[in-house]
Amino acid sequence: MIVTRFLASREAILLGALVALLALIAIRFPAFVAPANLLRVFNDTSLLIILTLGQMVVILTRCIDLSVAANLALTGMACALLNVAMPGVPVVVIVAFAVALGAFLGAINGVLVWKLDIPPIVVTLGTMTIYRGTIFLMSGGTWVNSHEMTVAFRALPRATFLGVSMLTWIAVVVIALVALVLTRTPLGRAFYAVGGNPNAAVYTGIDVGRTQFWAFTLAGALAGLAGYLWIARYAVAYVDIASGFELDVVAACVIGGIAISGGIGSVGGAVLGALFLGVIKNALPVVDISPFWQLAISGAAIVIAVALNTRANRTRGRVILKSAEHVT
Amino acid sequence: MSDPEILALEGVSKLFPGVRALSDVTLRLFAGQVTALIGENGAGKSTLVKILTGIYQPDGGRILLDGAEVHFPTAQHAAAAGITAIHQETVLFDDLSVAENIFLGHAPRTRFGLIDTAAMMERSGAILRDIGATFDPGLKLHDLGIAKKHLVAIARALSVDARVVVMDEPTAALSHKEITELYDLVDQLKAQGKAILFISHKFDEIFRIADRYTVFRDGQFVGEGAMDDVDQGALVQMMVGRPVDQIFPKRERLAGTEVLRVAGYDHPTEFADINFALHRGEILGFYGLVGAGRSEFMQALFGITKPSKGAVRIDGKVRVLRSPAEAVAAGIVYVPEDRGAQGTIRALPIFQNVTLPSLHVTSHNGFLRLAEEFRLARQYTERLDLRAASLDQAVGNLSGGNQQKVVIAKWLATRPKVIILDEPTKGIDIGSKAAVHEFMAELAAEGLAVIMVSSEIPEILGMSDRVIVMREGRIVAELDGDGLTPETLVRHAAGIGEDP
Repeated sequence: MIVTRFLASREAILLGALVALLALIAIRFPAFVAPANLLRVFNDTSLLIILTLGQMVVILTRCIDLSVAANLALTGMACALLNVAMPGVPVVVIVAFAVALGAFLGAINGVLVWKLDIPPIVVTLGTMTIYRGTIFLMSGGTWVNSHEMTVAFRALPRATFLGVSMLTWIAVVVIALVALVLTRTPLGRAFYAVGGNPNAAVYTGIDVGRTQFWAFTLAGALAGLAGYLWIARYAVAYVDIASGFELDVVAACVIGGIAISGGIGSVGGAVLGALFLGVIKNALPVVDISPFWQLAISGAAIVIAVALNTRANRTRGRVILKSAEHVT
Repeated sequence: MSDPEILALEGVSKLFPGVRALSDVTLRLFAGQVTALIGENGAGKSTLVKILTGIYQPDGGRILLDGAEVHFPTAQHAAAAGITAIHQETVLFDDLSVAENIFLGHAPRTRFGLIDTAAMMERSGAILRDIGATFDPGLKLHDLGIAKKHLVAIARALSVDARVVVMDEPTAALSHKEITELYDLVDQLKAQGKAILFISHKFDEIFRIADRYTVFRDGQFVGEGAMDDVDQGALVQMMVGRPVDQIFPKRERLAGTEVLRVAGYDHPTEFADINFALHRGEILGFYGLVGAGRSEFMQALFGITKPSKGAVRIDGKVRVLRSPAEAVAAGIVYVPEDRGAQGTIRALPIFQNVTLPSLHVTSHNGFLRLAEEFRLARQYTERLDLRAASLDQAVGNLSGGNQQKVVIAKWLATRPKVIILDEPTKGIDIGSKAAVHEFMAELAAEGLAVIMVSSEIPEILGMSDRVIVMREGRIVAELDGDGLTPETLVRHAAGIGEDP
């Protein structure tokens, strides 16, 4: 029963597509599917996974957050400047600072959506631009380069534990935490309820605006975390970091079967959606396909995923014949 | 029959994945006659309407128009053939004008192919006058009340040169006066030789205006004939396949203590000066015409909208109800009229819908306990005799009656003191209605205080211990015992012949 249900699920179809994609790549370039390389691909996709999980929670509540990449860049720049100004501050404090600042920026989106009732796409389009502008004001438009950062600041994502990088470990922990929140807490249940039918959620005593506020705050916190990790990993901070990355994040959600109309989606789907994009991005150069094709292939994957999801979400006809009630 | 047969369906079937919604059904419509289509919920009536209007394609059988076989691949084809429908839930556009709504998709054109606004306004005005509507076709739709919107929907249906008019529960949203006007309109259409298919749950209405009947049950044709040859009992028996007596459950009236007292509830636009008390074990009926402010008051009592002033006492203690969460915490729950839009979350499984307001009880240290949720959901869905393959099933796959049970189970699980049922049997079939009434009586017998908002006089009279009648946002009468007759209800609700 559980096995058959899994096989019919969106996640299984996506996993199948991912395996098929890897098999296809393996024909041209067998070394790509070696465990060590797959781990490297996962590591490279970790930041996308972290952001996708935050975006997924927002989309579940029938909203969207276009400011995640700008939040990442702003938080990252703040971390870098903090590190330059006060090299003595331990990395753990910087990570906590990144999460808190990111959550604060996310909460701004949340408050605007909750209290002023402005459509999320408009709110986050606005804050996206404001956050980017703020980076310019903070940094004066200059870069913070590798040599200005402390070694400890840059080392965290690359440090290994049990042979696996901390970046990967952090992604794994984030996956587990978001899964825990979504499936095992009242707030997680409220995310699904609010997106599934906001009207009915109100009539059930759930505060829709407050639930959306928490979704934005959670997404912001994850974007902030990703902000520090991004700057530390690439060892450079400037205004246009991760510019346009919010679209990759939304694409990963869509490929992962998170319904843009809200209320439907799982952590497994979101992670697989991000990995699907990660595999394409990493594989195309090695099988010698131009990066321009990469955009076209990612785009095609999004359209196909949406088409498949729409089919899957189409409600089956209502059960009318009594004799047919057990068929479904 | 002297009147010619215009439209006939022969052996029509419709399959949905895993489900046969219509199986080999027959339907005949005659010029100048009203044919009532009767059947319980889920009998396949709506599917049939969608086939007639080109929204669904039949999987078998033939549609004959004037004896020749026709196909309606799209809604436009059906409209071009002269088949028009007034749907249960009217689909109109709030930001367009009345005239634009009436002629959307088939507006008169000028020589250059642009929309001829002057002609559109003029013809809209003529159609509206025909159906007794006096408002300006230039008004934006969002400025009209729900009843007038319904008239626009009717005007839209008549704006095409229709030969067959399908009316899917057209009186569901109308007040008494508007229903009478609709009957006149139907008589007019009959006189013009149009064939009318009339779908309704209300028997008095069917006997009032239909000439013929066709009965479906579980997607199958059961019988047809002239209305003059049947009585209500025979029709009911055909619908349900067994004799059902429409008797309301017998109840002992309990003299319980006061549980709820509402004092001086006012709202700037919807209602004013609402005062009443409610007792344990009592069923209090709220009667009134559509738009009398009953639902609006209930929504304020449940904390969805805010009253401008007024106080609520529950068990003698003053409670402030600023949100549904506070109302639930205070022991008041509300089963809304629109189950689909306001009651359930379709993508979530049954058990999660049931436990949604009780998560603080089923969770432990901030974490959900699914086993506990299942236990609670099972307890209350079994009590309501909800039939589902599994509590893990998405609510969206359930029938309307079962979704209603999910909503009620959800609220009973919070152990409320007062349950408000807004039109609890609207649009559900006779068999399920009796079950709802039975259950309401049981709840009252257990000491729950029940408020029932209903527009059906038999239901109000059959179920209530006491009835409050509202008109234009105010309480105009509080009736019980001998004062409760259909005549007094209608008189108070409509404000007719009030003597001091």
